[in-house]
Amino acid sequence: MPNDSVISVESLSKRYRLGHQRQANSLGDRITSGLKGAARWFIPGSEPKEVFEEFWALKDVSFEVRRGQTLGVVGRNGAGKSTLLKILSRITEPTTGRIRMTGRVASLLEVGTGFHPELTGRENIFLNGAILGMKRTEILRKFDEIVAFSEVERFLDTPVKHYSSGMYVRLAFSVAAHLEPEILIVDEVLSVGDTQFQKKCLNKVSEVTRSGDRTVLFVSHNSAALQSICDTGLWLDRGKVAGVGTIGECLASYLRTGSQKAEFSAPSANKPHITSVSVDERALADGRIQVDVGFKSPIPLSPPIVGITISSSMGQPLSGSNGRMAGNAWKPEPSAGGVVTATIDDVPLHSDSYRLSVYLGDANMDYDQKLDVVVFDFVSPRFYPQMPPIGVIGPVDLKWRWSIRAE
Amino acid sequence: MIEAGRANVNYWRDAWHYRDLFWFLTLRDIKIRYKQTYLGVAWAIVQPVVTTGIFTFVFGKLAGMQSGGVPYPLLVLSGLLPWQLFSAALMGSSSSLISNAHLISKVYFPRLIIPISALGVALIDFFVVLVLYVAVSIWFGRYPSWHWTLLPVFIFATMFLAFGMGLWFTALTVKYRDFKYIVPFIAQVGIFLSPIGYSTGVVPRWSGLLDLNPVTGIIDSFRWCLLTDGHPFYLHGMICSTVISVALTFSGLWYFRKMERTFADII
Repeated sequence: MPNDSVISVESLSKRYRLGHQRQANSLGDRITSGLKGAARWFIPGSEPKEVFEEFWALKDVSFEVRRGQTLGVVGRNGAGKSTLLKILSRITEPTTGRIRMTGRVASLLEVGTGFHPELTGRENIFLNGAILGMKRTEILRKFDEIVAFSEVERFLDTPVKHYSSGMYVRLAFSVAAHLEPEILIVDEVLSVGDTQFQKKCLNKVSEVTRSGDRTVLFVSHNSAALQSICDTGLWLDRGKVAGVGTIGECLASYLRTGSQKAEFSAPSANKPHITSVSVDERALADGRIQVDVGFKSPIPLSPPIVGITISSSMGQPLSGSNGRMAGNAWKPEPSAGGVVTATIDDVPLHSDSYRLSVYLGDANMDYDQKLDVVVFDFVSPRFYPQMPPIGVIGPVDLKWRWSIRAE
Repeated sequence: MIEAGRANVNYWRDAWHYRDLFWFLTLRDIKIRYKQTYLGVAWAIVQPVVTTGIFTFVFGKLAGMQSGGVPYPLLVLSGLLPWQLFSAALMGSSSSLISNAHLISKVYFPRLIIPISALGVALIDFFVVLVLYVAVSIWFGRYPSWHWTLLPVFIFATMFLAFGMGLWFTALTVKYRDFKYIVPFIAQVGIFLSPIGYSTGVVPRWSGLLDLNPVTGIIDSFRWCLLTDGHPFYLHGMICSTVISVALTFSGLWYFRKMERTFADII
């Protein structure tokens, strides 16, 4: 085919009216504004003064994806990645612009959408499959395969509320992995579950992409996953296309920009969440790394546990720790909000850009995670003459001892 | 093809494609209805029995209203049966979009499936109470007649009315949460504004007014069906009810489809 583009997006924009949503959500407000509108007819000169806080989640985005391509969408939190995926999945409508797509689309914006805790694993497979657009006969046909992939055969007739979070995720992903769409849209869903299962999922997705005629759109903060799965990249920055190219080019230019501070609004569900992450600049100037993590919780966390992972600029995790690992050194009072500070005094890293992922939990489980939220430049206080590039020797600055013996 | 402000031309084809989802959502609601309750389905019995007792006492004994030769408890129960089907179906479909908000913001499917599948649960409780009714009816020495064969038609009419109203309410609730309080209020007041504790025969002067309540025609038809004798068929009531149902359903479909595209943004 001369033109085998399966997705073509033309000047797509999406506007959210922040003020509007808050103002007119009750009838009373609607009636008051209606009266004001009526007043305008009679009192000349009182101009309509609607104060909308407009927010363009996407602004004039255009791109094309060809059959068999795997597009990785990168960008900071709030860059419009999720909005783009939501529009492509037809969950929400664009404000302007248009999209042409050919083929059956399946989107996976969340693992286990519609899972009901009271239903058994078996019942949830059917429910979730139907929600994702599978027919009953199709689910029946793939049922054994799904169950085998999920590794939860023994608990198939147990309500999923008794599942561990790992089992839950495995079952949910297994259903999704057996969709057979021509276009697959995947949001940050592989960041859950244990590493072994993550690998299995990644393999499954690569298997899908290698089959050739499957087109995949993939959003992830996991650069390693993006690089292994995707061939093309789309970099979004504040709702606009900041770059298109190979995934390597996109990641490199995306990771070069960065902020040392990130703040988050509360999630819609009332659960413990991370409110801010920042890297202290004065500590950095002294050659130390000090990370402040703000958190808030509806119930006191006993104790609040913050986990932090430092990754290289290319996304390779280098070192991480959390309050649980600290053992007796971390025994604070239960707390429903505050700032946890973690400091590394002697930093065994070379000068380069690094990224932080932050997790929040209590003694038993994790509640929130912010992956690759902050990028900072570390300048090592140690100076090495004639140092090879980081790409050659790696970012970790271990203390090497040299000696020689005459033979 | 997705374009700003352009309706999805394949909507009804999509809805047909997702027909299995409709069934699984209904099944989900039915299965979780009485999970973790000790009495289970018996709860479906408790409410009508208590209400029948109270209404029989208040309307039959205290107010001394006429029942046209029908045992008073049977009169009340035959009115309560369609009323509960209607109010349960209405409440279920009215709150359906809000209670499935997590689905709406994460996956695409024709949203119309949600309020339709919410109707199914009401039927389960209805059939439980219907069994109770048959038992009580036989105990009073009244046996089912050929009138009963028309029962499915009236069940459908009840669901149809509840669906039409539910469409409006569920779409409105997404934007204006006020309706979350309005619907239970309607259900509460409606039980007195509808001829449940009394027969329409005792209010001849206002019967025209009573017909404006679309549930009146339905209750009368159920009584004609279930009581077999002593209860005439009020045709004009049923016509009123049907006209209102059809109007509500078509306008409700129009409003729902109009608002549907904004659901994910404002829910």
